[in-house]
Amino acid sequence: MSIKVRYFASLKESLGRAEDDFAHTGLLSIRELWQCVNAATPLPNNILVAVNMDYVDLNYLVKDGDEVAFFPPVTGG
Amino acid sequence: MTIIICTESFDPWQEIQQYQQLTKTKYGATSIFIGTMRDFNDGDEVKAMTLEYYQGMTEKQLEAIIAEAKQQWAVLDALIVHRVGEILPNQAIVLVSVWTMHRGDAFDACRYMMEALKSHAPFWKKELLSTDKQRWVLHNTDGYK
Repeated sequence: MSIKVRYFASLKESLGRAEDDFAHTGLLSIRELWQCVNAATPLPNNILVAVNMDYVDLNYLVKDGDEVAFFPPVTGG
Repeated sequence: MTIIICTESFDPWQEIQQYQQLTKTKYGATSIFIGTMRDFNDGDEVKAMTLEYYQGMTEKQLEAIIAEAKQQWAVLDALIVHRVGEILPNQAIVLVSVWTMHRGDAFDACRYMMEALKSHAPFWKKELLSTDKQRWVLHNTDGYK
């Protein structure tokens, strides 16, 4: 399956990229996805995650074609 | 119900006036929140700010916030305007306006929508200090303290 992974704000800056395209076979949770695409970087404690623009938790299982976004706490308004 | 994400400076009072003229909702109460950029934060002078957002998700979350407010209160109409891009002190960052029949629903729905926006809408502020140092705002303050 093919997953688009996006990063925003300070996380995008610290990782040095805005997105990854990731190919995988079998079930994969959000936590496992992070380990696959950012093996050298521990998952930040306060990270927020969205799949297809809805918030999910780290145990959510991704599907083919999903857009997964990782970002720090939001600070709008 | 309207959501506007704008890259240019906006006049919140003009937005409200224009919206009311267009929609002609039979309201009895209007509650308005306007957030404005300050020239200080955490003890430092701030000379500009850049607001990043997640296009698509931001609009989706704001639509969900309005839908939830309509479930909880008798909201006749709502308008959310939010700036993105480079913002200068004294410019409006956000406008939340709610029209209802009575004041209780207007106050409560407006407060709910603003607090939900602060915690759920994917926007991020990066400040440019007077020293030319840049820093990300790490979290929002609690609106109830």
